[in-house]
Amino acid sequence: MELICPAGTPAALRTAVTAGADAVYCGFADATNARNFPGLNFSRPDMAEGIAYAHRHGAQVLVAVNTFPTAGAQALWHRAVDDAVAAKADALILADIGLVDYAARTHPKQRLHLSVQAAAANPDAISVYVRHFGVRRVVLPRVLSVAEIAAITRAVDCETEVFIFGGLCVMAEGRCSLSTYGTGQSPNMNGVCSPASHVAYREENGALVSRLGDFTINRFAKGEAAAYPTLCKGRFKTALGSGYLFEDPASLDAAEMLPGLLKAGVTALKIEGRQRGRAYIEGVVRGFREQLAALDAGEKQPASRLVAMTEGQASTVGAYRKTWR
Amino acid sequence: MTAGAPANPMKSMKLTLGPVLFNWQPEVWRDFYFRIADEAAVDTVAVGEVVCSKRMPFFDDHLPAVIERLTVAGKQVLVSSLALITLERERRRTEELARDPDFIVEANDVTCLAHLAGRPHAIGPFVNVYNEGTARWFAAQGAQSICLPPELPLSSIAAIAAATPEVGIEVFAFGRAPLAVSARCYHARLHKLTKDNCRFVCAIDPDGLPVDTLDDEHFLVVNGVQTLAHVCTNLIEDIDDLSKAGVASLRISPQHCDMLGVIRAFRAVLDGRMSPADGLMETATIYPDVPMENGFLRGRPTLAHRAGSVA
Repeated sequence: MELICPAGTPAALRTAVTAGADAVYCGFADATNARNFPGLNFSRPDMAEGIAYAHRHGAQVLVAVNTFPTAGAQALWHRAVDDAVAAKADALILADIGLVDYAARTHPKQRLHLSVQAAAANPDAISVYVRHFGVRRVVLPRVLSVAEIAAITRAVDCETEVFIFGGLCVMAEGRCSLSTYGTGQSPNMNGVCSPASHVAYREENGALVSRLGDFTINRFAKGEAAAYPTLCKGRFKTALGSGYLFEDPASLDAAEMLPGLLKAGVTALKIEGRQRGRAYIEGVVRGFREQLAALDAGEKQPASRLVAMTEGQASTVGAYRKTWR
Repeated sequence: MTAGAPANPMKSMKLTLGPVLFNWQPEVWRDFYFRIADEAAVDTVAVGEVVCSKRMPFFDDHLPAVIERLTVAGKQVLVSSLALITLERERRRTEELARDPDFIVEANDVTCLAHLAGRPHAIGPFVNVYNEGTARWFAAQGAQSICLPPELPLSSIAAIAAATPEVGIEVFAFGRAPLAVSARCYHARLHKLTKDNCRFVCAIDPDGLPVDTLDDEHFLVVNGVQTLAHVCTNLIEDIDDLSKAGVASLRISPQHCDMLGVIRAFRAVLDGRMSPADGLMETATIYPDVPMENGFLRGRPTLAHRAGSVA
């Protein structure tokens, strides 16, 4: 199985390649990619250099143009596709059906991957993208169990890629407007979720209150580690009780699922975290390299040591185990 | 146009009643649609379970009679698909629906496109249509109408409508906006049940289960695997702008209130018999305690004081 690693900067790309990534994914520094954070992502020259560097070291680069183009301003997204092709990207990761159509028509030889943001969660949906646009790989949404991933992988005429580590969407990806509701900033349109620009913390009687936009997302007792106020990972109140209603502030760590994913026929394993630093990338890539080496050699998998790398320092296997639902 | 016909383009805007998103008691659900058929001045009615496939058997018993009654009453009927399709039985069900020549399907997931084979259909608000390129692609596959995602601002709506005159563009104009769908059922989770053994506890909350912040601000509601806004999208005062933007129809999404009254108010404003301000007051009175909001259309976030505090 290939290991697909994030890179938010050219330095992170080189770190990932050195640490053993088979492919690195990254995006341009604008609203065309789903990690549109300040100080992150690649200029055009950065991208061309990064791709050349990866190719010299036997790694591939997948360019994510995976937000949904703004109506009336599609040129920005079309240019991102054209420039990624010109920079010799090994594949483009796209979500918007109109943009996939543009890419397939304009660059018929370019390898296209379907982003997790397209939320293609079954073989029929995936077949639409394969049949109409020749999509070669689909990144599966994090709503599926390993058994379902195996069934999909058997049924489709393209490769499958799944997330194994990092931030975990609780909602079906690409179909969530929670951030837009609270901040006016949309993952689909702006490439940001619960953006830092809308986060505020305040002290209240010794407790730390985290807010997103105009709403309280969490309250931490003195000494309790304060998680980032991602909207779906906050504490809320209902008539049936208070707490982490949607999901704890935990990250995905599917290391223990690797044998099942291998058996399922999955082609590629993806690490989330283009916004994370080089230490994270190096640690996680090396950790999974070890896991995969053990798997290849038929040896017992080493215990995952990556919990320190997770946000909130807590991990889950998420939907990969059916009881999560 | 015949002499003397009104030049008001709002007159030509249509009303669509969206599918009931909540788990209403089957007889309540059936009687709701019977009354819509008999009394409501809507042009199109979308019916069918969108949120959770486990609820489908309850409504299946009544679906043929509901479709029949609406059709006889002269409504165009759309049968809505599920929004999130992962299980094998959900796939089979979606295929059967999309292949059925007797229905016009409202596709709420790209899955339907695998089976529609170019037949006329509608695209529902759960399919991501954010721009004219995507709208044109769906139109070329046989979409006759597209209900845009609720989070789109007016500028996007106008750009899409201008570029795709071949399809009717619809906007989500009344109701709690659907914000997210998950594999996880929050009703079951809150009731400490598993999804497989959920005992259909979502039926306890026919208007959604309120989710408030720790500071007692109203925020969201959950509806099984779906999360919706606490506030109610209400674009009745924006009808003129939507009409100028080329919008062909307005979607009214059923809430647990006097929906016939809501429809009457929208129709009266469209017909010029009621001012938009009076329409807003009328609909806010019909659906009290839930703030009326048009933030998505105007590209701004929801504010806590607008969402209101827990009483």
